[in-house]
Amino acid sequence: MYDEEHILRIEDLKVEFPISIGTVRAVNGVDLELVRGEVMGLVGESGCGKSTLGFSILRLLRPPGRISGGRIIYNGHDIVQMGQEELLALRGSKIAMIFQDPLTSLNPLFSIGEHFVETLRAHEKGISKKDALERSEKVLESLGIAGERLREYPHQMSGGMRQRIMIGLALILNPDLLIADEPTTALDVIVEAQFLDLLDDLRKQYNLTIILITHNLGNVAQLADRITVMYGGTIAEVGPAQSIFDEPLHPYTQGLLASIPNIKLDQPELKTMPGSPPDLVDPPAGCVFHPRCPYVMDICTKERPPVFARNGHRMSCWLYR
Amino acid sequence: MRNLIRYIITRTLMTIPMVFILLTIIFVVLRLMPGDPVSSMLGGHAPERVIEQKREELGLNRPMTVQYVDYIWKICHLDLGDSMVLQQKVTDAIAEKLPATIELTTFGMLITIVLGVFLGAYAADKRRQARDSAIRLYGIVIYCIPVYWLGLMLQLIFGVWFDWLPIAGRTGARVFTSDFENTGFYIIDTLLVWDLESLKDVLIHLILPSFTLGLTLSGIFVRLTRANMLDVLKADYILAAEARGISHTNIVYRHALKNAFIPILTMMGLQVALLMAGAILTETTFSWPGMGRLLLERIYLRDYPMIQGVIIVFALIVAFISLLVDIIYAIVDPRIRY
Repeated sequence: MYDEEHILRIEDLKVEFPISIGTVRAVNGVDLELVRGEVMGLVGESGCGKSTLGFSILRLLRPPGRISGGRIIYNGHDIVQMGQEELLALRGSKIAMIFQDPLTSLNPLFSIGEHFVETLRAHEKGISKKDALERSEKVLESLGIAGERLREYPHQMSGGMRQRIMIGLALILNPDLLIADEPTTALDVIVEAQFLDLLDDLRKQYNLTIILITHNLGNVAQLADRITVMYGGTIAEVGPAQSIFDEPLHPYTQGLLASIPNIKLDQPELKTMPGSPPDLVDPPAGCVFHPRCPYVMDICTKERPPVFARNGHRMSCWLYR
Repeated sequence: MRNLIRYIITRTLMTIPMVFILLTIIFVVLRLMPGDPVSSMLGGHAPERVIEQKREELGLNRPMTVQYVDYIWKICHLDLGDSMVLQQKVTDAIAEKLPATIELTTFGMLITIVLGVFLGAYAADKRRQARDSAIRLYGIVIYCIPVYWLGLMLQLIFGVWFDWLPIAGRTGARVFTSDFENTGFYIIDTLLVWDLESLKDVLIHLILPSFTLGLTLSGIFVRLTRANMLDVLKADYILAAEARGISHTNIVYRHALKNAFIPILTMMGLQVALLMAGAILTETTFSWPGMGRLLLERIYLRDYPMIQGVIIVFALIVAFISLLVDIIYAIVDPRIRY
């Protein structure tokens, strides 16, 4: 079961949210492998299931959301089958996660130090408060924040600082996998660039594998080794980052990239993709993308495409049969 | 810190006009009510001459404005005056009864908070389960029950049927000697002389009245805490704490409850007035020799200075507690600065 090369293997993962009008199939049969030490960019438009996928890995789905099928194998253990105790030990210490909005991700009534001490104590029983604070101070300083700020409260920090604190909290226990769910969405462009640089440094320093969930293709271009494009709860295309940008194969990836403004091209008008994201309560038959696809064929409306490989990419598209 | 002190001083100064406005209203309303201390003392059949003489003695024959100015003048000298019915100073009577009321309301509030806040938090944690529904039902039912009815039922069940607990008074037949009574707070007094027998006696007398008062007010706190907890549990920092592997108990009762506590604190400040009103009813139900019963008795006797004095003290307690709540805010929430 243990797989040296892959730190995480997701197999046929299905996540559903039962709601009054039916069941939202937010993640519908996703297969994904993460190579140890890589940065995987997970992109797609809002509602495509990329965040849900991230949350499922730590089993952090809010009820009524639930994993209805599949496996998430981390270092040989299936996270889907884990009990509460195992999960608590996993969260934060082996797999850490940072969130979209650093402004609301810290408890306003707890000092920064209390956040750190609590996190350390949750995983290392019996660590003294003094030791915990010392270690936190070192981590903070390595992130460019003065140690004495441990005594301060979240509202006394800027947004960029808070996101660095979130990173510090995520890394203090030396996890090997970091899930970053749109970590820069709430930051301004300058702080965003600094933060991505920091993430790049940390990944080498801590030997991290990172899942970078974002709808900002610029972010992934800067950081990611590979890119996974999600659409309608399924994976459209996976491939090396550079090659995804240079030579997208799946029609959805092509459309997505064409809709990014490019300063080098003289475009009188920005290309847009017709149609809107699929209804996940009642997804289209066959390929979920077929109602919007410019190359739609007969088979696309009837059968769900399997995964085909070409040029080092893997995509679910009948075009590459 | 200096700002906090300035804030406390300002708030304290603000209670002065509040007390005067309140006093003026009570002063007028009391004298508009039918009857006066003289007729309640002498009954309806006293000769006109005796009534007149008594009225003159008490200064009630003077114009109301003169009486008012005279009373305010005394208040400015921190003198609440003398009872018009019995030979006693208002301050002495209040000093005698106040500890009983403080003992009752403190324990009542403690029961309210512990029961209300913890049941509410527990219900929020177990939302949409049977335990949640049961706690919510408790909250709404207890909120609807009148204090005195609950008091009577508790007396009936625990005092009469089971015969476990006394149903009236602050102590049993045990007679307190005068040097025994130092502060009037019987719990403190018995502890000071280390008389544990008496302490036990005092405590078992406190159980039914304080539960009556505490249970009645707990309903609103159950509902408020539950609603606030449900809001807070949706917050991002709760999810972030979960992602760091913090245990569920810690998340619910440390992270969430501390945040949910701020609106609860506001409600506590507001409920103090209700607590005092509840104390009046509880004291009456349980023959508890406190301020509430004093007030009620003296309203029947139209003892103007005593009624005014008791109400001032109640008003000051409410003002003091709401100031205390404001100070606690600043301690709980680092974002609040004065």
